[in-house]
Amino acid sequence: MSVQDTDIPAARPVDWRDPRILARIRRRHARDGWLKAAGLVALLIAFALLAILVGSLVYRGHSAFTQTMVTLQVHVDPKKVKPERLRRGKYDDMVEAALLSHFPEVRSRADRRKLTKILSKGARLALRDRVTADPALIGQTVTISVPVSDPFDQLNKGLIGRSTPEERRIVDDRAIAWFDRLAEKGLISRPFNTALFLEADSRFPELAGLAGAIRGSAYALLVCFLISFPVGIAAAIYLEEFAPRNRFVDIVEVNINNLAAVPSVVFGLLALAVFLGWFGLPRSAPLVGGMTLALMTLPTIIIATRAAVKAVPPSIREAALGIGASETQVVFSHVLPLAMPGILTGTIIGLAQALGETAPLLLIGMNAFITEPPGGVLDPATALPTQIYIWADSPERGFVSRTAAAICVLLLFLVTMNALAVILRRRFERRW
Amino acid sequence: MIGYLFLLIILAGAAGFFINRRAARARMAAGERLHSMAAFHGAYAVCLSALPALVFTLLFLLFEGPIVDAILTASLPADAVADMDPGQLSLVEAEIKSIARGNVFGEPEPWKRDAAAYYAALRHNATLALWVAVIAILGVGLALARRRVSARFRARHRVERVIGWIMLACSGTAVLITAGIIASLLYESIRFFEKVPIGEFLFGLNWEPQIPIREGQIAGSGAFGWVPVFVGTLVITSVALFVAIPIGILSAIYLNEFAAPRLRAVAKPLLEILAGVPTVVYGFFAILVVAPAIRTAGATLGIDVAPNTALAAGSVMGVMLIPFISSFTDDALSAVPQTLREGSLALGATRGETMRKVLFPAAIPGIVGGILLAVSRAIGETMIVVMAAGLIATLTINPLDSVTTVTVQIVTLLIGDTAFDNPKTLAAFALGLMLFIVTLGLNLVALGVVRKYRELYD
Repeated sequence: MSVQDTDIPAARPVDWRDPRILARIRRRHARDGWLKAAGLVALLIAFALLAILVGSLVYRGHSAFTQTMVTLQVHVDPKKVKPERLRRGKYDDMVEAALLSHFPEVRSRADRRKLTKILSKGARLALRDRVTADPALIGQTVTISVPVSDPFDQLNKGLIGRSTPEERRIVDDRAIAWFDRLAEKGLISRPFNTALFLEADSRFPELAGLAGAIRGSAYALLVCFLISFPVGIAAAIYLEEFAPRNRFVDIVEVNINNLAAVPSVVFGLLALAVFLGWFGLPRSAPLVGGMTLALMTLPTIIIATRAAVKAVPPSIREAALGIGASETQVVFSHVLPLAMPGILTGTIIGLAQALGETAPLLLIGMNAFITEPPGGVLDPATALPTQIYIWADSPERGFVSRTAAAICVLLLFLVTMNALAVILRRRFERRW
Repeated sequence: MIGYLFLLIILAGAAGFFINRRAARARMAAGERLHSMAAFHGAYAVCLSALPALVFTLLFLLFEGPIVDAILTASLPADAVADMDPGQLSLVEAEIKSIARGNVFGEPEPWKRDAAAYYAALRHNATLALWVAVIAILGVGLALARRRVSARFRARHRVERVIGWIMLACSGTAVLITAGIIASLLYESIRFFEKVPIGEFLFGLNWEPQIPIREGQIAGSGAFGWVPVFVGTLVITSVALFVAIPIGILSAIYLNEFAAPRLRAVAKPLLEILAGVPTVVYGFFAILVVAPAIRTAGATLGIDVAPNTALAAGSVMGVMLIPFISSFTDDALSAVPQTLREGSLALGATRGETMRKVLFPAAIPGIVGGILLAVSRAIGETMIVVMAAGLIATLTINPLDSVTTVTVQIVTLLIGDTAFDNPKTLAAFALGLMLFIVTLGLNLVALGVVRKYRELYD
């Protein structure tokens, strides 16, 4: 029976030029266009939000990377500082005298006190450090740049508008006039804010820095790495290469996947109850912080390591087994080195996550007010994200820009770490 | 001190390794055929000396504190501490320890001085015992390992078995962590439920976590009903999803179906940046930019907006969830078999129609799984809400009002407070337990949905 014999009704010829059909097709394509446009708009909104996020932080934060300083000629009065008691000299008197010498007409006690408010509380510390380092300066006149206090710093940076009515400003017109006199004399400068990186926390925004937080974060990450890296690799290798298929291994696998999704604050509760409560480890210590972060980083490292180990082709294992290596030797001498770039990439990404983690550190007290960088893993410390939280909570206006600046520093660290991970992957990843 | 101990252990391990390896090599040089390679004989020495010493040290350090404290508590004169509650007792012990460290404030009672001296002696003896024990372990281990070096000794098998045990223990830590979470949350929660009935906690409509500062204080008993807190969490989560779901899904559809490969290669990592930003940064963004913007907008429209409205925290959390939902949707769309797409196109459907009528419906289970995971994230998210949401629990579903969340309460109840014996701090653990249960349930359901969906097409 040939095809022609069957009884198919002849297809009605379609007139593709029919205006109704053309209209329908146009409508269908228009609907496509709408979907496409909606998708594009959604994508652009996401990018715009990212841009606003980064832009607003940089915009608010960039001014904190400089600090307004006033340069003074300070006479180191031998009457006010004794060589044998260098640290207890009356440095504030000397610095204030140097400032007042520029304003001979300011006589009344109240005015003079108001005038010296231009100086930061840290001014005397700068002089003290200078004199302590070189006692020969006693009796001489030194030129020294000292920070100005936060309101004048903001005035100089234009963050306090001169046009705002006087009663709504933290500095009044006379103080501004004094400050401008100093500026006219060329004594005001705005160098890079080294204190932001060299000093620890302080109640005064112009003196507060991130040194303690950066060091605290570094210690915590070190502890986190020392725990989670070996344990994670060992666990992943066992699960991937040695584990028999049994209940225990199933439980472990389900566990690891669930741990990766447990809210971070729950890890904080665990650390608070177990590390601080039961084992009595000290509060606010980077050791405890690092241990807590290690618990959270462990699943990331295990998952990354398993993927990297799985990617090593079986031919490598078979070749090594074939020339007489034991299973352990195969894994540790061949599979592991080949998987190492992937493992390191996963580890760096895990550590970057740990660096940004805040909530568990709050619960173990790494949000204390600590004015000295930690000397070891058992000293009380803050971490970068908790420092950001502390500063964001501070009422002083100067801390707004400093918080944004601290965030910029944190983001810079994160970008560096992630870039490192990408480079590692690009350079060493092998396609088999 | 402890640093030197670890150094000693490492040095002893290294010494054992080299001594044994040299001994094994000497035998090989003498013409013996050894069962194991020389390096394994060296590793065997490490397994026998440094490893047990290390494990012993870590265990000792973990349990030294609690045990010494228990001995100290037992040694305190009974008449002095008889009528103290646990809080006072821990204060007294802290004082004794600080005296033992040499920080004497004022004139402590003689029995405290005696206790401090006793405590210092205990600590000293403990450290001494640790050193003696570690040195003994190292010495015995090294000697034993050195005597074992012989042609027939199967060092490799022994070492490999030890490595196997270590790896097993390491993978057991994952279970240990989960067990630790459950145990600590349950233990503290049960203590909480001894003070506050569980029914009151689960169904109470008031959350006022205060404790009376003095006896008979009016309205000082506090109320611990978690309903308003949980409703607040749901309000903020809903706002977040309201932002994240449309943007996330639409951008994924665009990237998956319409975008040029080069745009896709740039856009995906850019979106991932949003996921990598620490949440404390989002929190600051919420209070710095979003909350004032919403307040200004509300004022222009004549709407009364609370200063820390749920809208601010929720929308910023939504921004955080965009990449999450987007990448899950993208994965789900890509996982739909190519044949479905081609079949639809071959029938004359446009690309948009293929997406709307074929790919998207087929991908819905995967997308729902992703959304459930996003919900679990939003419920557990802490820093954004701690910084941008309110502290007072009001039972409302109006997103313009200020609400509080479970995580906010956990953090505010525990910051700066270490006493574990009042309902206020214990309530945080009860909230943590509920949080853990809710997120765990969501995760399990979501993973189940995703897995089932994958099996459908594999």
